[in-house]
Amino acid sequence: MSQLLEVNHLRVEFPTRRGTLVAVDDVSLHIDAGEVLGVVGESGAGKSMTGAAIIGLLEPPGRIAGGEILLEGRRIDNLPYAAMRAIRGRQIGAIFQDPLTSLNPLYKVGDQLVETILTHLPLSLADAKARAVQLLEDVGIPSPGERVNHYPHQFSGGMRQRVVIALALAAEPKLIIADEPTTALDVSIQAQIISLLKRLCHEKGTAVMLVTHDMGVIAETADRVAVMYAGRIAEIGPVQDVIKRPKHPYTVGLMGAIPSMGMDVERLTQIDGSMPRLNAIPKGCAFNPRCPVVFDRCLVERPDPMPAGNGLAACWRVMQGAEHAEV
Amino acid sequence: MQKSDADQPILQVEGLRRYFDVSAPWLNRVLEGKDRSIVRAVDGVSFEIKRGETFSLVGESGCGKSTVARLIVGLYGPTAGSIRFEGTDIGPSAERARHPDLQARMQMIFQDPYASLNPRWRVGDIIAEPIRFRKLLKDEKQIAQRVGELLSQVGLSPLDARKYPHEFSGGQRQRVSIARALAGEPEFLVCDEPTSALDVSVQAQILNLMKDLQRRLGLTYLFISHNLAVVYHVSDKVGVMYLGRLVEWADKKILFQRPLHPYTRMLLDAIPDLDMTGRQRTPVAGEVPSPLNPPSGCSFHPRCPFANERCKSEIPAVRAVEGGAVACHAVEEGRLPPWKIQAAA
Repeated sequence: MSQLLEVNHLRVEFPTRRGTLVAVDDVSLHIDAGEVLGVVGESGAGKSMTGAAIIGLLEPPGRIAGGEILLEGRRIDNLPYAAMRAIRGRQIGAIFQDPLTSLNPLYKVGDQLVETILTHLPLSLADAKARAVQLLEDVGIPSPGERVNHYPHQFSGGMRQRVVIALALAAEPKLIIADEPTTALDVSIQAQIISLLKRLCHEKGTAVMLVTHDMGVIAETADRVAVMYAGRIAEIGPVQDVIKRPKHPYTVGLMGAIPSMGMDVERLTQIDGSMPRLNAIPKGCAFNPRCPVVFDRCLVERPDPMPAGNGLAACWRVMQGAEHAEV
Repeated sequence: MQKSDADQPILQVEGLRRYFDVSAPWLNRVLEGKDRSIVRAVDGVSFEIKRGETFSLVGESGCGKSTVARLIVGLYGPTAGSIRFEGTDIGPSAERARHPDLQARMQMIFQDPYASLNPRWRVGDIIAEPIRFRKLLKDEKQIAQRVGELLSQVGLSPLDARKYPHEFSGGQRQRVSIARALAGEPEFLVCDEPTSALDVSVQAQILNLMKDLQRRLGLTYLFISHNLAVVYHVSDKVGVMYLGRLVEWADKKILFQRPLHPYTRMLLDAIPDLDMTGRQRTPVAGEVPSPLNPPSGCSFHPRCPFANERCKSEIPAVRAVEGGAVACHAVEEGRLPPWKIQAAA
């Protein structure tokens, strides 16, 4: 498969009065056409920042300070604003966490869809309207002919998220960045939205970068997964390998920390402490203060992702040949 | 029936109801000819919790689980029904006011550790508040020492007493909340989504801490959560709520092995689990109806694959089954397929 998106050594910085914060540090990943890449991590790990950098929606003063982002071999991280606007929506769609804030409350959902369609596709107004109805039908909204004339507040949370998905798919982009698309929804609605997203992307061959903190959603949806910690990729690989045979001690701890139905354990695996703040990232491996298998090299030298099993893991222990860390 | 003291339930809730009036103002009602509108947030819930047990309530947003929690600790007064704490009804506010000793034995932990701690108070004062209020200790030195003990008990340093809440992370704040709840020496803790604002690795720390404290101090928990995996991990008994009613409750093992109510089955089926990679599942259509205008009969019937005419007209009563109870006509009539067969289909 061809590489649709390539991110090389991406670095995102936030200059502040007290010094520069590095939110994303040396992140490299790629997404193939039609593939679902999950990006997981705890809050502050830099997963949303990576997504925002790719679609060029970093909030100032945040800025890309290094590395490159290539879409189908073409650099998009240094494009002028207008050129990036043409790509956003047309080639890269976006779905955000809160469906209420990503729709304009003052416009009917049909008008918002038509606007997006006319911006990106050479269609007449009548054709665009017909397409808007078709899109709403595709995302499973009942009686779409009437619903196009409704305002966002007339939709429930799950239905709104369907409208947002319709908007993201309006111009048939090749890649969708979905940032916590189901976090604000109840489990039964979450299941509906995930299977909808899976079905549509499969039908249209759209690649998805699925950013979430929910490992269950990743397990069910993603082909490959990247685990982020303190702005860096700790581990990346095929989803089965990362979940069943995690290599990085952080991933091992994370998997044990997730309570699971049918798993009878008295205590969950506990990773003591919490993720370092961006202004206090320790020297060496950022995970070293919490790592159960830390040794002297981890305290001084930062590991880069290195081959481990079928994926990559940024851990000196892995390079030492330990199959996976004892926790 | 003779029961030993250990088997005696610490809390018995019967027919608990709480309605909220969400009508438009009087003038609007008169001018626009609108009726009063009443939300039946909790509509006839009964359960009991034994000493030392963890009873969990699960359900989706708007099902009334947090309202039940607030009714039990007395933040709301019930519209009807009784709340018996060690046999004494403390439901009506007047009764509750007459029993401050009972009230003091229950405490609550809230969901959002950013909103539940006063940002202008030092952590030491926050934790000392219940001690001072209940006059458990008089001497300031003793109070400071007790606060230090409580902080160590929840895994913080006694020196943290001098800090303000903003100096802590979310997980540490939730530890402060737990320390504050323990300061009043309660036996019964109501935990309303205590970990849903936290990251998984921090959630694991808090859940482990809560289990340790339960074992050490013999606490009883009412645990409110929407996360079934967390509920499976912490509970002894689980109740499932839907639109203000308890549709099923059972021992944890039994509920997760053979869920009876179609809604419980739907919830269990909807949860993405780590073992389910690549699994295709058919999500149940539809959404939770508005509690303002709940469906007639069994409120789950519009989404239920087994609904018939009777479900549309008649509210199912809660009937005892082995290891629990369930409110469903299909279960009563025995026309529900076994769970395992359904899962394999």
